[in-house]
Amino acid sequence: MKQALFLAFLMLFSLGLTQRTTLTVAVFPNLDDALKAQLALFNKKYPNVEVKLVIQQYADHHNALTTALATGQGLPDVAAIEIGFVGRFAEGQGFEDLNKPPYNAGQYKRLFTPYTIAQATSFDGRFIAMPVDIGPGTFFYRVDILQKAGVDPRNMLTWPGYIAAGRRIKATTGAFLIADAADVAWINIFATTPANTSPYFDEKGNVIVDTPRFVRAFELAKNIRAAGLDARIGAWTNEWYDAFKKGTVATQFSGAWLQGHLQNWMAPETKGLWRVQHLPEGMYASWGGSFYGIPTASRNKALAWELIKYITTTNEAQIAAFRAIGAFPALLSAQNDPAFSEPVEFLGGQQARLLWRDAARRVRPLKANKYDRVAYEIVGTALSQVLDEGKDIPAALAEAKRLIERRMR
Amino acid sequence: MRKTLDNLPSRSSPLSLSMRWSNFQRRYAPYIFVSPFFILFLVFGLYPSLFSLYMSFQSWTPSDGWGRWKYVGLDNYTFTLTDPMFWRSMWNTIWLGVVSGVPQHLIAIPLAFVIHMMLGRFKTFVTAVYFLPYITSSVAIALIFNTLFATHNGVINLVIAHLNTWPLLGALLPDQNINWFTSANVKYAIALVVIWQFTGWNVLLYLSALQAIPKDLYEAAAVDGASRVQQFRYITLPLLRPMMFFAVSLTIIGNMQLFEQPFVLLNGGASTATPGGQTVTMYMYRTAFEWLEMGTAASIAWILFIFIGILTYLNNLIFGRAARGVD
Repeated sequence: MKQALFLAFLMLFSLGLTQRTTLTVAVFPNLDDALKAQLALFNKKYPNVEVKLVIQQYADHHNALTTALATGQGLPDVAAIEIGFVGRFAEGQGFEDLNKPPYNAGQYKRLFTPYTIAQATSFDGRFIAMPVDIGPGTFFYRVDILQKAGVDPRNMLTWPGYIAAGRRIKATTGAFLIADAADVAWINIFATTPANTSPYFDEKGNVIVDTPRFVRAFELAKNIRAAGLDARIGAWTNEWYDAFKKGTVATQFSGAWLQGHLQNWMAPETKGLWRVQHLPEGMYASWGGSFYGIPTASRNKALAWELIKYITTTNEAQIAAFRAIGAFPALLSAQNDPAFSEPVEFLGGQQARLLWRDAARRVRPLKANKYDRVAYEIVGTALSQVLDEGKDIPAALAEAKRLIERRMR
Repeated sequence: MRKTLDNLPSRSSPLSLSMRWSNFQRRYAPYIFVSPFFILFLVFGLYPSLFSLYMSFQSWTPSDGWGRWKYVGLDNYTFTLTDPMFWRSMWNTIWLGVVSGVPQHLIAIPLAFVIHMMLGRFKTFVTAVYFLPYITSSVAIALIFNTLFATHNGVINLVIAHLNTWPLLGALLPDQNINWFTSANVKYAIALVVIWQFTGWNVLLYLSALQAIPKDLYEAAAVDGASRVQQFRYITLPLLRPMMFFAVSLTIIGNMQLFEQPFVLLNGGASTATPGGQTVTMYMYRTAFEWLEMGTAASIAWILFIFIGILTYLNNLIFGRAARGVD
């Protein structure tokens, strides 16, 4: 009897051992907060899966991931990838192609905001990561400053109108129109990209950074700088946060996620003073977004896929992330949740999520290119040469084109 | 060596365990004791260096995985040497090297002399104060200076604005807040941080050299009626030459590899001022970890290595010979 009990205990114990699996997930802040909320739900369904989080700062996370991919050592089972890196990882060979069995992710693609699928697809058609959140681009403005200056935000929906309003705001309230004129150039570059191409390359892979699209974007930024309407403050600096707190900057173009950041830590005391509207001239752009992929070296691919499927394709998981950090769901069905029509108190009770959803559905799909990151930095350099050093726009863009072409060896 | 080995009993002869152990110890223990250095050097010094040399002749994107590299010959070197972005960052580095390097020594030598001659018992305290920036984390320093340099509410701009109200000085200063983080201005901000951080280190170097100069030389000079300035000019400076050679060599090597201060001040390269403040090592970092061109980055490292070698050689020609001449 005793022996039988012992055997039974041993069997149960070993069963528990074999079933309890540990899955490592590498993630960066504050996506980890979203993930923790999702894991609580995931573990209800899969109580025997222990998920170990490896959390590193944004840049460190992607550096570590690059190093791990290079050596094939120390890779997590699931890796979070931010939009800035997904194109490069897609062009590499380090992630599983989710189009193939056993994943067969093709069946899920229609569930997501369309442009996210293109972002995670390589030039040769491999699909390396599932989208989890998106950042539809919007136009944030300080309603108190605009009112003081007597500016109607609707008059800011053309770029000339935007600049004219900026002059009035500066003259009457002393506030700057925008933190950095470069943001206006960027939103123009992204939002005017034709469908299914990269912002910097045409469908044949030719560099197109000297086209009128870029010239116009640069001109707008230069006009704003020349009129002294931008505070010349770089994003993610203490001065940037301070400008939002003190209201020395009247507008900001950004992904929908800026609302979460403003509310949670950047400028919580400005609650009720912000509003959002669509970008000028009917532009729509994606501003950020996160993905989850499975490194080829992962040892728990089946389970990794279960986890990714759960957090990306179930409404409850997407809504949990949305509630935790305001991460805008990439999953279309989650965007129909009643939570979306709730007023956002931080934005003075505006039904902003409906606006963002509308924007997200109108964003054209872009194609990732291996050299996107290089092009982004070279164009950024050209832009600061134009804005800070007074370089001629066509010359700066021609130079940028040449520099990008040199790198495409 | 042969002889000692022959004198030792052969392996087959019956030996007690303790004798064998002591033989083993005598023969191999020294190697084991010195091995940590060599192991660490091999793993973290020689191997990465040789690997980067190998890598500089390959084309490799790390996200492709280990071993997927392609031999490209000298392509990476020709690419880098004809790359305008590389030369711009090289120019930035040299500019920063000179503008932040020269003042360090011009301040440190007289300062060390003053501390050495005058302060007596406060010497240690003052030295420690000047040395403090050197041991403070560069990242913390750069973050603090980021706040000080802020355009609209940074202390530095507030001070300049205040000085502006002074009669004579005001005319020389700009009447608007300086934006330190534009491509043109950021160099000055970086140079200021570097000077502030490393002058104390040089003071310490020169102090130690000053303490090695025999006191009787000064006494003899004083008897002969030499003033303090003359003593400094004719005794201290010539005898400091070996240390100057050493300190300037360190400054050259350090400044050519300048990374943390510009990296943090420029927000990791995300700042719009990046082109004006990007150093060669920052450019190398971006080539490797942002653009994932490991081979090109390795070639940049080796070009920089050769460049530092040439500069150190030139420094040797200027200071080194004179230093040896005095010796």
